[in-house]
Amino acid sequence: MKINQNSRRDFIATTLVAGATLAGCATKNPFTAEEIPDVKPSGEMVKLLSVDGEIIEVDKAFLKPVPELPAVMNTAAREGIAGKKFVMVIDLSRCKSVKKCQTACNHMHHIHPGQNWIKVYPMQEAEHTAPYWQPTTCMHCDEPPCVKVCPVDATFKRKDGIVLIDSDRCIGCRFCMAACPYSTRVFNWEEPKIAKEIADKPYSCETSVPQKVGTVGKCDFCPDMVRQGNLPHCVSACPNGVFMFGDLLEDTVTNGSETFRFSELIKDKAGYRLMEDLGTKPSVYYLPPVNRNFPFENKVESGEEEKKA
Amino acid sequence: MDKLREDKIIADLLPQEFGKQGKIWVVCLLFFAALGVFAYGRQLYYGLEVTAMRDYASWGIYISNFVFFVAISLVGSLITAVLRLTNVKWSTPLTRIAEIIAVSAITFASLIIIVDMGRPERFYNLFLHGRLQSPIIWDVIVITTYFFISLLLLYFPLLPDLKIMIGFKERNGKWLQKLYVFLGSFWKNKAEQFKITDKAINILAIAIIPVAFSIHTVTSWLFATTYRPGWDSTNFGAYFISGAFLVGAGGVVIAMYIFRTHYKLEKYITDDHFDRMGKVLVLLALLYLYFNFNEFLVPAFKMKKSEEDHLLGLFTGEFAPIFWFAIFTSMFIPIFILLFKKGRKPIPAFIAGILVVVGSWFKRFLIVTPTLLHPFLPMHDVPANYHHYIPSWEEWAIAGGSLAGALLVITFFARIFPIIPIHETILETESHENEKHF
Ligand code: SF4
Ligand code: SF4
Repeated sequence: MKINQNSRRDFIATTLVAGATLAGCATKNPFTAEEIPDVKPSGEMVKLLSVDGEIIEVDKAFLKPVPELPAVMNTAAREGIAGKKFVMVIDLSRCKSVKKCQTACNHMHHIHPGQNWIKVYPMQEAEHTAPYWQPTTCMHCDEPPCVKVCPVDATFKRKDGIVLIDSDRCIGCRFCMAACPYSTRVFNWEEPKIAKEIADKPYSCETSVPQKVGTVGKCDFCPDMVRQGNLPHCVSACPNGVFMFGDLLEDTVTNGSETFRFSELIKDKAGYRLMEDLGTKPSVYYLPPVNRNFPFENKVESGEEEKKA
Repeated sequence: MDKLREDKIIADLLPQEFGKQGKIWVVCLLFFAALGVFAYGRQLYYGLEVTAMRDYASWGIYISNFVFFVAISLVGSLITAVLRLTNVKWSTPLTRIAEIIAVSAITFASLIIIVDMGRPERFYNLFLHGRLQSPIIWDVIVITTYFFISLLLLYFPLLPDLKIMIGFKERNGKWLQKLYVFLGSFWKNKAEQFKITDKAINILAIAIIPVAFSIHTVTSWLFATTYRPGWDSTNFGAYFISGAFLVGAGGVVIAMYIFRTHYKLEKYITDDHFDRMGKVLVLLALLYLYFNFNEFLVPAFKMKKSEEDHLLGLFTGEFAPIFWFAIFTSMFIPIFILLFKKGRKPIPAFIAGILVVVGSWFKRFLIVTPTLLHPFLPMHDVPANYHHYIPSWEEWAIAGGSLAGALLVITFFARIFPIIPIHETILETESHENEKHF
């Protein structure tokens, strides 16, 4: 079947031009003054990429920003993305505590200054064992203790494995904080210090924005990004490719530039999970800090960090 | 028994107006309660930011105060139920004291839990979206049940006394008379009525025992259902209940002494009562000591890595002063005082009671906070003040205000109702005399 080029173009354009009903006009060019009489062409053209990879030129005046809609309904956000089971792999051999993950996460989620959803721990199990950096996110446990204890289902486990918080429902009892063995949860002790535009955004548990006073927050695996087919912010922010994110059912994880078969990666590098003995069954796997790319330097402890700041 | 004696008992036990001391006491309590309300107003306005709680010490003295209230409320069931069912007669004059302590403590336990919530205005979510798998919901259910059973156990034995008090119209004044009539005018001292209430009291006295055990066991599970060192213990239910009976009994001894000296009730709350309550306290303190040994010595013997910091923090570290203070004041010193016959006289027993209650309050603090400050992963990537927990003045004011509030409820109760059951005391004296005749 030959599909009319124009009609396909039109179809893409509908998402850009708000208010124009184009579904039926297959052969006409929709971006003309006759079609949209109340807009004057500015003469300034912009290039857009259509779905089939073609460049189309459109007058700028016809473009309107798509108003920001709440990404998904609460019920859909609670369900999760069907047919997915998200996992993360954190390669400790690549981490040198650059903390770009933390910065990106804090920035994108407008986390209260001083608090962090991602923490990068300097670890050393015993006196004569090797020190290493261990970034932690929420483990999105498959047997999540936080979900078990939440009295109002404000923290919940989705089909796709993600554990989320509904800040519109949370009563702020902080039982989940006591229950989480990974100390990953933070609490909004005061009114979040965020710009008005952010505070006015419609809340969604998939974006976790805006944070709300008197409720808990934590790493959410960026389901809003994932829904759009993008990687979580920490994954794309890390210059060393420490974080790999993917779908267990597809058996692939990627850090943006490299893609691995999840099962092979875990097998080859002897991946493990944190505190396996507790039975929480995390969705985050760690690759041991062997053959490291960087030597371990704890700038905080040697005081260099403070000097810089 | 002759009418004269009966009148004397009634005259002795009728509630009295506040004297000068009583007024000062009430004003002080009102002041602290008002301070608490003011501090809570600030907390509502600024958020939990005004407390010293932060992401690691995410629970503080509100929760330990809650545990303390739940603990002390257990005494209602100990005195009214356990002692009643084991046919102990001497505790009759103490039942109402124990029951009002229970009711007011459990009321303030529920209030302080709401104070601890980040979003108290969403309390209704517990009913709208409540999920039975959460120990908090179990707590809501059993605490509500316990509250109502305790209230009924306070009310039913009060009915015959209400009838007596309605008879003193002039003395009561308009408002109290209205209250008494409202609460008890249907009571006619008929045999059928007694039959019903006796039966009801017996059923409630039995029912309250499992409920009382549940409230404190479930409260202990708020901690024991987590993984944290210091909480992850199968000993916790029994440990909490034994501690609860101890602090409750301590509270009753304090109340006994104050009511006795203040209302001149030496004939009704006798030295013998102090002697016996002293023995009960020793027994309970020993029991609690036993569970403390279990709770601390067994993990200390192993010194698992995850427990080590926590235990050393208690034994020799940051929390050692409070830890040893609590252990000594709530157990060793009271046991030492009360082991001697002279120690079970009213004044030393009263002091021992105070030690028990104060020590127990700090013990509750130690159950909550040190564990939270020793998480599995080291404390990291947080502001420096997140590493410690020293309650803010608002927290102290609110916690103190809740204690003052609980005392106010007890004080006003004793102002309005006879704190020693009149009717039961008359019956007891009668049966005593009959025994003597034969
Ligand atoms: S890491 Fe903590 S917050 Fe995340 S799912 Fe597990 S228990 Fe819950
Ligand atoms: S703080 Fe909120 S999310 Fe956590 S257990 Fe309580 S209600 Fe649930």
